Amino acid sequence: MTAVTDRPVPAPDVAPNFTTSPSGRRRKRTNAIMATLVTLAFLIALVPLISLLTEVVIRGGSMLTWQFISTDMTGVFGDSPDGGVRHAILGTLQITGLATLISAPIGLFAAVYLVEYGHGRLAKTLTFFVDVMTGIPSIVAGLFAVALFAILIGPAYRSGVMGAIALSVLMIPVVVRSCEEMLKLVPNELREASYALGVPKYLTIIKVVLRTSLAGIVTSIVLAIARVIGETAPLLLTVGIVTSMNTSMLDGRVATLPVFAYSQYSQDALGVGADRAWGAALVLILIIMILNLVARFISSRFSIAEK
Amino acid sequence: MSKRIDVSDLDIYYGDFKAVQGVTMAIEPRSVTALIGPSGCGKSTFLRTLNRMHEVIPGARVEGKAVMDGVDIYGSGVDPVEVRRQIGMVFQRPNPFPTMSIRENVLAGVKLNNRRMPKAAADELVEGSLRHANLWNEVKDRLDKPGSGLSGGQQQRLCIARAIAVSPQVLLMDEPCSALDPISTLAIEDLIHELKEDYTIVIVTHNMQQASRVSDRTGFFNLEATGQPGQLVEMDDTTTMFSAPSKKATEDYISGRFG
Ligand SMILES: Nc1ncnc2c1ncn2[C@@H]1O[C@H](COP(=O)(O)OP(=O)(O)O)[C@@H](O)[C@H]1O
Ligand SMILES: [Mg+2]
Repeated sequence: MTAVTDRPVPAPDVAPNFTTSPSGRRRKRTNAIMATLVTLAFLIALVPLISLLTEVVIRGGSMLTWQFISTDMTGVFGDSPDGGVRHAILGTLQITGLATLISAPIGLFAAVYLVEYGHGRLAKTLTFFVDVMTGIPSIVAGLFAVALFAILIGPAYRSGVMGAIALSVLMIPVVVRSCEEMLKLVPNELREASYALGVPKYLTIIKVVLRTSLAGIVTSIVLAIARVIGETAPLLLTVGIVTSMNTSMLDGRVATLPVFAYSQYSQDALGVGADRAWGAALVLILIIMILNLVARFISSRFSIAEK
Repeated sequence: MSKRIDVSDLDIYYGDFKAVQGVTMAIEPRSVTALIGPSGCGKSTFLRTLNRMHEVIPGARVEGKAVMDGVDIYGSGVDPVEVRRQIGMVFQRPNPFPTMSIRENVLAGVKLNNRRMPKAAADELVEGSLRHANLWNEVKDRLDKPGSGLSGGQQQRLCIARAIAVSPQVLLMDEPCSALDPISTLAIEDLIHELKEDYTIVIVTHNMQQASRVSDRTGFFNLEATGQPGQLVEMDDTTTMFSAPSKKATEDYISGRFG
């Protein structure tokens, strides 16, 4: 038999030695340095977040009374510490709610088109524009809504719908993008399993694809809401601020929490106005937190049980 | 409840790529037809044309005829959805619906099509299909548990139960055992033996022993070179194919001398 020599062979019979070699010591040292560095980076990243949260909780916390939440600003003048954010809470819920009602179906349907029907040029073009729209500055969305309603109704017209449209311009691309990712996660095998049972395409999409990705879709939509609920600039342009509740979405200005915080702070940066701004900021953060909790609950209800 | 299928001169394309060429084959009712051949020769592609699953892939198309009991399933006015209701399919990897319980998986063909069914009838269908798929005894106490919690072999039998619950005429199986352990494989082979009493079965397999164990007739696909379309080289009774094939290529493949 000819011996093949140029191939890897195990070391000849020597007792195994598992103690740390010099290169092993170097490896351990590098490992320790890297671990320290990334931990440090993480801690540094936490600093602004934690200081921001403590600031909001301390400053806003002192404002957070039932009176603050349950009254509006009607008849509050000068340095009076009275008044509250009820109208702004309601306005924020109204406007983001309507924006969600507009954006969620449009965004979801567009994502369904892109994933389930779109092939070729049209789909590529759509994806491109969605990407561009994701980067639109929010003030541009506000200007768009103002210009749109100036043409449709008149330059002096102001209403909650305008704000909702402005927010939708920001929200739709986010919903499309994230829902698209969720739908792509549904394995093709499930669609084929459904087709093979003689289920038509539209029912396959509704009952298999959307059902399987429901948890992800809910999360996507909530994240999109969280993305726009704190927008200030487009709302400043479209719905402005008022002192009391306005439940009509079609007529007149509507107060919202971010614009309320802005206008209070800009009126009185050293006194009660600043306090109210911090209070409104805290309320806004709490609303976003509650939204996230609700989304977690809903998506855990719908997520795929694996037991 | 079983039909014969006569395929004549079938060419199958993915866009401009001709994957399979000139297949003419008769699939007998109440029998098991096995399709064997090297990877990439178009067995899965051919199988998927038999229930018009091929065309769900963008750009995929077919030329030729496939006639089931006198009706060309590629004829004009034929609804592919209707074809798939009558020609069921089991895939290589078990694919129960992860959002559904075992019971709902069996009823998927009914539920997904928005058809209503009284509870008693549904119970009967679930039990009957699971019994037919030799799975009833293993799952009867946990029908409401997710189907994805079963073992691979059980999941595959669940998929078979799901396919037969819509009472198809024909059952297509694409390497149904390739992801399974030997014991589950035997269980499925036994099941195929029982199912052929009622169904026309076409099974793709990589495993020659399996083809000789389960099938009545065997078709051998081959391709002359990569990039060329696959072709049906020879088709005959399984015993003849494995003892005295008429083509050299078949003999080489069956005895493990090919490539
Ligand atoms: N979705 C697809 N798109 C394009 N070509 C495909 C697709 N699926 C399979 N093919 C090609 O068709 C040929 C046959 O494949 P397939 O039917 O999967 O072979 P087999 O099942 O015999 O291994 C191969 O050349 C493969 O690359
Ligand atoms: Mg295959």
